[in-house]
Amino acid sequence: MSTPDKTNQDMFSPLKIGTHSLKSRLIVGTGKYDTLALMRDSLAASGSDCVTVAVRREKLYDREGKNLLDFIDLDRFTLLPNTAGCYNATDAVRVARLGREILRSLENPGADWVKLEVLGDSKTLLPDPLATLEACKRLVDDGFQVLCYTSDDPIMAVRLKSAGAASVMPAGSPIGSGQGILNPNNLKIILEYLKSDDPDYPVIIDAGVGTASDVAIAFELGADGVLLNTAIAHARDPVAMASAMRHATEAGRLAYLAGRIPRKLYATASSPEEGLITSRPW
Amino acid sequence: MICIEMNGNRKEIEDDVSIAQLLEQSEISSRFCAVELNLEIVPKDEYGSRRLVSGDKLEVVTLVGGG
Repeated sequence: MSTPDKTNQDMFSPLKIGTHSLKSRLIVGTGKYDTLALMRDSLAASGSDCVTVAVRREKLYDREGKNLLDFIDLDRFTLLPNTAGCYNATDAVRVARLGREILRSLENPGADWVKLEVLGDSKTLLPDPLATLEACKRLVDDGFQVLCYTSDDPIMAVRLKSAGAASVMPAGSPIGSGQGILNPNNLKIILEYLKSDDPDYPVIIDAGVGTASDVAIAFELGADGVLLNTAIAHARDPVAMASAMRHATEAGRLAYLAGRIPRKLYATASSPEEGLITSRPW
Repeated sequence: MICIEMNGNRKEIEDDVSIAQLLEQSEISSRFCAVELNLEIVPKDEYGSRRLVSGDKLEVVTLVGGG
């Protein structure tokens, strides 16, 4: 049995991904907010110290004059650039390199890593496994620490880890769907397979979170981190939801470390069986 | 004048313009951007010396919100 000291120590241990070390186990996206000010306040409330960003063309016309980075405290947040919107390995590698170039000039520690996302279909936004594996290999060869978005397929997760991914990030359910964790059994198998001889290997549940309980469930299953965006950005009150996600991260992680009781089919009384003044019906 | 392609759009610019000058004319802060010229990333310290020629394809990208 873990001692309270051990549980407490594990609770506050950083999330280590490759050479990076994050204080919070919650990684949040910066997309889909109504305003950049609302995004800034939500990021603050989430307690996160790592945010994802996307690489896109500069708008040459109708510029608002404000850049996303004016609203992100680069001393607090490590940026994690993504390859969202890429449908083949060549595009993903190209976008990853452009993201690295921007972050290098900002002197942000996130310059050497990337959230790899290679999609197979614009309706489901499910990953293309073959193109994801190919892009992962190429980016690892190019010196990137690759955090790899994938489906909840355990065999694919093993392949990506073998290809050198710094973290495998299975989806709970499709991106932006808010369906939560559809197949906890697959995630349990992924966690078992990837950690069997490497217990500190980071597995992050990425995508599909709808509300705080989904985050808590991910951590209770043993995930090392959760990455989410839409569940905060499109909540009725994003700042309040960001706070809820922070609490769910702590609650889920702490519950995992504390160790849940086994599920049993029949009841077990909490009050003593001895000393009853009443009689049982049978 | 020469014709280049910038972020997917045809654009006429003067001869002998550097990437740095083009960014300035386009009101783009080089701090937050990366530049790809004919599919090769241009290091920031070369923006002033790299001159554009007719037919060049330029991509100027920045970071935006994403998940």
